[in-house]
Amino acid sequence: MNGIHDMGGMDGFGKVEVEANEPPFHERWEGRVLAMQRALGYAGAWHIDDSRFSQEALPPQTYLAASYYWRWALGMQKNLIERGFVAADEIAAGHALRPAKPLPRKLTADVVQAGMTRSSFFRQQQAPARFKPGDRVRTMNIHPQTHTRLPRYARDKLGTVELIHGCHAFPDSVATDRGDDPQWLYTVVFDGCEIWGADADPTLKISIDAFEPYLELA
Amino acid sequence: MADHDHDPHHEHGSELSETQLRVRALETILTEKGYVDPAALDAIVEAYETKVGPRNGAAVVARAWTDPAFKQALLKDATAAVATLGHVSPVGDHLVAVENTSGRHNMVVCTLCSCYPWEVLGLPPVWYKSAPYRSRAVKDPRGVLADFGVSLPKETEIRVWDSTAETRFLVLPTRPAGTEGWSEERLADLVTRDSMIGTGLARSPAEMPR
Repeated sequence: MNGIHDMGGMDGFGKVEVEANEPPFHERWEGRVLAMQRALGYAGAWHIDDSRFSQEALPPQTYLAASYYWRWALGMQKNLIERGFVAADEIAAGHALRPAKPLPRKLTADVVQAGMTRSSFFRQQQAPARFKPGDRVRTMNIHPQTHTRLPRYARDKLGTVELIHGCHAFPDSVATDRGDDPQWLYTVVFDGCEIWGADADPTLKISIDAFEPYLELA
Repeated sequence: MADHDHDPHHEHGSELSETQLRVRALETILTEKGYVDPAALDAIVEAYETKVGPRNGAAVVARAWTDPAFKQALLKDATAAVATLGHVSPVGDHLVAVENTSGRHNMVVCTLCSCYPWEVLGLPPVWYKSAPYRSRAVKDPRGVLADFGVSLPKETEIRVWDSTAETRFLVLPTRPAGTEGWSEERLADLVTRDSMIGTGLARSPAEMPR
């Protein structure tokens, strides 16, 4: 979706502010939110792209105003309710009011390391890769209202395939409950001026990781 | 849920306690329903507070600086190469190391959310996840570098890697001059988190406290 999350190239947000000696969490609740998200992911409640989409779909003013882990909490709550794991009246009550909807598994203290190890996104290929390093490609001019990982600034642009990363679960399909729909993944590199025009820094090159459906041969 | 102040340092007491209460209530519901185990949540928080951090990435970089075969393996398949270093926590399948050279400087961003190589760098800092960095890194990377006090020769190619998929990027910074013969452990102290994101350079020996 063309949401507020798709920030690449926007102006006006100001200087990057660095905090010296920043702690992992600024407040205790932030760590709890991260850990709950991790545990629910391990349990199979939803996929990482569902988490991303739930945040992208927040009203833009909420997205911008929320601190990072609060945005996670809002997205998590949205997914919990929409997917029938928790009901709004339970959130209001602060307690479970009815039995749980079963989940495939549960993250317990004895398997925490497994829960913290990043899962693999490699999937069995459905067809040979259409592109190879060195191919000139054009990104699609697409504007789906659902989740996509093709940023707006990189749509309808001419680039070069640089790397092939194998066949991966396709976020656009995963986040619309259409399954993994495995697709080849490529690093595609663009000249700065292809993206930002003649005034761009001539030494700038930008790459995205693009799934095959985002690309056509140029 | 109520809107929340953007900057955690400027939160008002009442809003903060409301956030805490809401998150606590959510944990209570999830625990009562059997979806989460509070002991597992404790262990996750503890691991991110104490075990997973940029020391892991610094060890990888220091090894690459001292062992040419390892460096070659790292640039070819970072996941496999890092797995050979037993003391570094296991990384996912999709780690890619990108090397800074005299002609090219690499910088990593996630314009769409906050993708970051947690296993080698720990949790991302607030600035990495912030709108200023996400918006400007792809358009004005030299301006962003200036915010970090870094200035590169004007002919140096700047390569920005936008982490738009599950691939994760680790920058292999240039080894500082004057470190010939240094041990891996000593070299690792020169490798800052920001140098592995590409918003900084490795420290020079002169920058180290005596």
